[in-house]
Amino acid sequence: MTSNSASTFVRFKGVEKSYDGLKTVVKRLDLDVFRGEFLTLLGPSGSGKTTSLMMLAGFETPTQGQIFLDGIAIENVPAHRRGIGMVFQNYALFPHMNVTENMAFPLQVRGMGRHEIETRVKKALEMVRLGDLAKRFSAQLSGGQQQRIALARALIFEPKLVLMDEPLGALDKQLREQMQLEIRRLHRDLGLTVVFVTHDQAEALTLSDRIAIFNDGVIQQIDTPQALYERPANAFVATFMGDTNVLPGVLTSLNTHQCQVRLDLGEQMFARTTPGLTSGNRTSLSIRSERVILDGDERYDSRLPGSIEECIYLGDHVRIRLNVSGSNDFNVKVPIAQMQPHWREGHRLPVCWHSADASALDAMPA
Amino acid sequence: MPEALAFESAPSVVQTQRLQQRLHANKRAYTRRSLLLILPLLVLLVAGFMTPIGSLLTKSVENPEVANALPNTLKLLNSWDGTTLPAESVFNTLGQELRTARAQGQLFALNRRLGYESASLRSLPTAILSRLPADGSPVRDTLINDVPALGDIKTWATLKQLGKPYTSLYWLAAFDLKMDAGQVRAVAPDKALYVDVLKRSLTIAALVTVLCVLLGYPLAYWLSRQPARRANLLLILVLLPFWTSLIVRTASWIVLLQSGGLINNSLIDLGILDKPLQLVFNRAGVLISMTHILLPFLILPLYAVMKGIDSRYERAAISLGAHPYTAFRRVYLPQTYAGVTAGALLVFIMAIGYYITPALLGGPGDQMLSYFVAYYTNTTINWGMATALGGQLLIIVLLLYWVYARISRPANRAA
Repeated sequence: MTSNSASTFVRFKGVEKSYDGLKTVVKRLDLDVFRGEFLTLLGPSGSGKTTSLMMLAGFETPTQGQIFLDGIAIENVPAHRRGIGMVFQNYALFPHMNVTENMAFPLQVRGMGRHEIETRVKKALEMVRLGDLAKRFSAQLSGGQQQRIALARALIFEPKLVLMDEPLGALDKQLREQMQLEIRRLHRDLGLTVVFVTHDQAEALTLSDRIAIFNDGVIQQIDTPQALYERPANAFVATFMGDTNVLPGVLTSLNTHQCQVRLDLGEQMFARTTPGLTSGNRTSLSIRSERVILDGDERYDSRLPGSIEECIYLGDHVRIRLNVSGSNDFNVKVPIAQMQPHWREGHRLPVCWHSADASALDAMPA
Repeated sequence: MPEALAFESAPSVVQTQRLQQRLHANKRAYTRRSLLLILPLLVLLVAGFMTPIGSLLTKSVENPEVANALPNTLKLLNSWDGTTLPAESVFNTLGQELRTARAQGQLFALNRRLGYESASLRSLPTAILSRLPADGSPVRDTLINDVPALGDIKTWATLKQLGKPYTSLYWLAAFDLKMDAGQVRAVAPDKALYVDVLKRSLTIAALVTVLCVLLGYPLAYWLSRQPARRANLLLILVLLPFWTSLIVRTASWIVLLQSGGLINNSLIDLGILDKPLQLVFNRAGVLISMTHILLPFLILPLYAVMKGIDSRYERAAISLGAHPYTAFRRVYLPQTYAGVTAGALLVFIMAIGYYITPALLGGPGDQMLSYFVAYYTNTTINWGMATALGGQLLIIVLLLYWVYARISRPANRAA
């Protein structure tokens, strides 16, 4: 615990937030952010991720609990004295100042000398490779350029912690991917601690050391991207991250590693156990669509009959929707090389997977 | 590769030309349609606005009275040497034309115009007519004897001067200047009036504008931060005064402000004052009620601008280390300048032309330019003076507009 707390940079301790006294937006949040890590808060809109970020930045006050920054409780430190860099969704570049003036602003309010400001601004513009735009106003910049300037402006006063509130939400796909790489590079090169808010799971997977998945004001699971994806803790995480097929059933027996599930149409299936399940409870058997093989051989120990409902051609793969065990929303991703010409609508074939790839999770809400 | 390049570029020149032709044709068609759409408005503007204003403004330099009444006399005076008294024929023509003018009812206008030069000239035509001998008998000697003014060369020079079709008299008078022997001079201090009135109008308008900005800015800021439903309700309250007639609002301020009025009585009852404050029929009353009446014109454009400023800008500034006050001053305030100037300009332009409110709530020392415009149009029927003063107002407004356009251009570029 001592080694752990030494590397803890931000700690939320029992933090709650309610705006109207009726609905709690963030419920008993306990979260540690480690020094130098890239942590993403991922979740649907209204799940409390942005509110958590705003409480850390100092723009919202927790109704309960405490936030520690570098071991010091910060509820009495006003936002402008927290020294946290922040990047906003719509960049928030000041429209009446040009790029240089925007970049100089955080240094001016810190009372830095004119010459040092000049050098620093120049260096920061080179860091984001936009030195030639120094005299432009934000209306004369493209979205990607604005975002890079906003990023450079948030970093120019060398904050140790940077918060990003859906910074790439307004960019098109190609630019977004380019910016993701840029943010990764800056995080690595400058040794920053980043707390990043997004609702885009691909973005979270690309960038993060760890991801905290929010729903309904509660962290559902916090872990590395791979662990989250491969071993979701509950049905929400499984369906929110990636493409997951969920078959409802009842848990008939379980040990620490494996369990048996009886699906609603009577089939008995094996699956990996997740903590918190008890025998006899309703459960959802979840299996990633890319882990499913159509018409596979005997090596796949889980098999169910299915019939094809729809095939959607997506270039590199075909997405096939099947009716399996009473659910007609069972999706399989078939790489284009494995696609068979006779797999058409109405075709019947076995749907197969390794039972080790399936997990039994809590029952989905109806 | 050069062949390939030439091959590529040759048709592209023709294509570009053709494309540009089509583009121009499209643009022309679009312009034609747009013109057609604004045609009714244009006709209304030209017929109902530009033409009357233009014709009124020409009245401020027109000088038709003498030329209309005494055309032949003026013609004869043109060849007069100006060193000796004119010949018999001039006296004769003058007498005949004055008779004709009396018969045609032009005498009143002529007398009035002569009166603008000096009081003694005003009675000259009447004096001449009463001394005029019968037709046929020599006129010159009789008139020089009986009407001493006609024996003075200066009178004839003035008459010749007044016969010109245009005059700078009214415009000079509007700035307390006069033409004296071909030179522009200031009028006697006891006759100077309009420069003071102009200064007073500018001062009152500026004070009202400053008061409106001081009162309106915080209100607009607060309104722009309210939830939409409440903001709409409050905006209706801001607009409420618009639904009441200007005169009613002005009159109700008299009720409120007068020495036995609500405000004074309350202050006395509360023991704050011993005797009533003089709040009405002086500058204070004018400022209070004009500020109240014009405040919505500042709040509305300012509110619109403030509504468009994302609150994230201030948050961003704070996150960058600026104290909330610094964030407001350096990030929020500059973004509202356009709204403040638009609102302030509107208020100033409307205030400088105010008439009813100062007339009802002000003292004699609080009357603004419009009061004198009204005085000259309604009471003395001196269109020259009225339009010169009106033109003065117009020039001030145009000047302000030009300044505003100059100031607001950098803001447009940044937005």
